[in-house]
Amino acid sequence: MAERITGAEALIRALEHEDVELIFGYPGGCILPAYDPLMDSSIRHILVRHEQGAGHMAEGYAHVSGKPGVAMVTSGPAATNLVTPLMDAYMDSVPMVAITGQVATNAIGTDAFQECDTVGITRSCTKHNELVMSADDIPMAVRQAFHIATTGRPGPTLIDVPKDCLQNEMEWYWPTDQEVLDSLPGYRPNVKGHPRMIKEAARVIMGSERPIIYAGGGILKSRAAEALRELAELIDSYVVTTLMARGAFPDNHPLCLGMPGMHGNATAVTAMQKADLLITLGARFDDRITGKVDAFAPEAKIIHVDIDPAEQGKVRRPDVPIVGDAKYVIEEIISEIKAMIAAGTVQADTSAWKSKVSGWREQFPMTYEQSEPGAALKPQYCIEELNRLAKPHTIVASGVGQHQMYTSQFFEFDEPYTWVNSGGLGTMGFSIPAAIGAKAAKPECDVWAVDGDGCFQMTAQELVTSTVEGLPIKVALLNNSYLGMVRQWQEMFYDERYSEVYLNAKVPDFVMWAESMGCVGILVESPEEVGPAIEKANSITDRSVVIEFRTDASELVFPMVPAGASNDELILHPTQQDRAEALK
Amino acid sequence: MTTINQYGGQTLNHHILSVLVQNRPGVLARVAGLFARRGYNIFSLAVAPAEDEGMSRITIVVDVESTPLEQITKQLFKLIDVVKISELDPRRSVERELLIATVKAPDEQRAKVVELVNIFEGKIIAVAESVLTVSLEGHPDKLDDFEDLLDGYGIVELQRTGRVALPKLDRGARLRAVNQTPTPNTGKAG
Ligand SMILES: Cc1ncc(C[n+]2csc(CCOP(=O)(O)OP(=O)(O)O)c2C)c(N)n1
Repeated sequence: MAERITGAEALIRALEHEDVELIFGYPGGCILPAYDPLMDSSIRHILVRHEQGAGHMAEGYAHVSGKPGVAMVTSGPAATNLVTPLMDAYMDSVPMVAITGQVATNAIGTDAFQECDTVGITRSCTKHNELVMSADDIPMAVRQAFHIATTGRPGPTLIDVPKDCLQNEMEWYWPTDQEVLDSLPGYRPNVKGHPRMIKEAARVIMGSERPIIYAGGGILKSRAAEALRELAELIDSYVVTTLMARGAFPDNHPLCLGMPGMHGNATAVTAMQKADLLITLGARFDDRITGKVDAFAPEAKIIHVDIDPAEQGKVRRPDVPIVGDAKYVIEEIISEIKAMIAAGTVQADTSAWKSKVSGWREQFPMTYEQSEPGAALKPQYCIEELNRLAKPHTIVASGVGQHQMYTSQFFEFDEPYTWVNSGGLGTMGFSIPAAIGAKAAKPECDVWAVDGDGCFQMTAQELVTSTVEGLPIKVALLNNSYLGMVRQWQEMFYDERYSEVYLNAKVPDFVMWAESMGCVGILVESPEEVGPAIEKANSITDRSVVIEFRTDASELVFPMVPAGASNDELILHPTQQDRAEALK
Repeated sequence: MTTINQYGGQTLNHHILSVLVQNRPGVLARVAGLFARRGYNIFSLAVAPAEDEGMSRITIVVDVESTPLEQITKQLFKLIDVVKISELDPRRSVERELLIATVKAPDEQRAKVVELVNIFEGKIIAVAESVLTVSLEGHPDKLDDFEDLLDGYGIVELQRTGRVALPKLDRGARLRAVNQTPTPNTGKAG
């Protein structure tokens, strides 16, 4: 006998069947029926302070756990508050399922109270979305949403559920895998790369004298960090890790060159420019990586491994396109290369290239100048100290701006899934909720949010959530009183005309604000205080901690490729500009 | 509408995509939204239920001046509701379109308009004192010519359906499938 339950019960039960352990959410009128069975569920609900926070927490959770994050909110303004995290997750291929309440089916289209066209609004910022029109459809909608969010190129999905569908009864059923597949005839992600292309990739790699492995976020999405390491060591090739891939290959590995791109280090940027082969793995030739596309890596052949066929040739035409899962394809390439070696093929001589690159690396380390005694702190120093004192397996989330770049540049990421950031959308305010979501996924790890004072003021209220829900994080607030990154562009490209970038040095009082939210607040103004403050924060485990570092507003992020310029026009740190010739 | 003629019926930049989609709410909005969001140009679009239950076929004539066709089809195929995309080569497909127009036909030029309609084997579907409403079904190029000539008499209103197309049956009619054949649609929409 099939069991009759309400749509709301079916929704919660379906989430349980999908092994959801946490929902980040915020209730309201249309989603109310779903909040009732939630009280009896094994699923824990984290009550956020703003729906945007729920979305970013779901992302942070997904980033570090690999499982889809779930956000549940009501209709209208709550659904629109979720748009930013959905777009963020879409850009960064983060698996996430959003559930939104909707007005009753008979009220749809009438401009009812808190009605909005959620599926219309979120169509271009989800991988797929669906308006459920009957309680009967809820289990299938949930299964499809999780299937689509987590397979192929991951991404956010959304289910919009009208209130009456939650209230009406339905006959419980749980669709089989086959039924889910049959219901989605147009969705068959290709996991296995084409064998002929894989062979070709191996052949090209073996013949390359100046290879670089260009590793992107797809490595992390396909859990391919180990395979990547094996490949790099097998062919003894340097690896660059994009902003989305920091940690996918250990920074402390001798073959790791670190981050390329607009604020990448000189060696990583130049090695890509001069390579004869880019082994592109789960990366998408973003404009922040390529600079001026026509001038990007002009001599390089391109092997492009991506699970999304639309990425092949979107920006740069690959010589060897391989549509497939990065882990699977890398492993296949490894076996192919091993077979070639066994059959007597000798890899081309890369030694000249390797010594050239290591020469650059010696001449162009990441650098900054320490502050004069009594002057404001250097943000890079704060990050270096954070790195030095971090406990093993510490997870770092960041906001968007200069502090994000300093963190990516100066923190050493040696493990996958320890770096959480908003790459594609560049969403200010990402770090605090994302850090809380990461903490929820990995309570045993320390989670630091590195934030700017601009970003902090966008989502700081979620520290209340962290206090109330017992998800303590640590915030390194690099307070330069400016929208630093924008100020940097105005300094460099707008004749130092600082238009609307000064926030304020006096208000808010961040320490008081932190304490009002139940956190420990610490103000740090001099270099000697930096280490002890971080140690103190690391020793506090029962509460969130906010350290406000007063940092130098005039500090600039270097190196820098100006927007639209070629990567050959990289602007080095002023102390290294005298040796720029060495990169030619 | 008459601006269609400026482009001609068949320029080199135009490609025909026959897109089989699951017939679910919002599917047309998804397709149209994708074109708008990525800045692709639609020249014409026609949609109706296809032979399989639960499926519709959208015939899109795209202008590939700004974006390579390959990108368009790949992005389209990322839509979950899109089951199959075929690019139809105009030389290997049959194309049809319907045009209806109201054209000025005062006494002194009425006979000429009627003659023109007859030459093209069109139909007169409504008659009023100084205008005629005429229709013509056929290959889009033929419609273009017809429209040009009608314009000489003064078109009051005109509507074209946008082309629909299927692969030719004779001799090596080839349908270049962009993706694998779909499995039968048995599931229910979620
Ligand atoms: C939501 C949002 N609005 C605006 C921007 C544009 N933007 C990029 S960085 C930045 C400044 C960030 O300031 P802050 O958080 O203080 O960090 P800083 O650059 O000073 O380290 C701005 C305004 C953005 N990325 N996101």
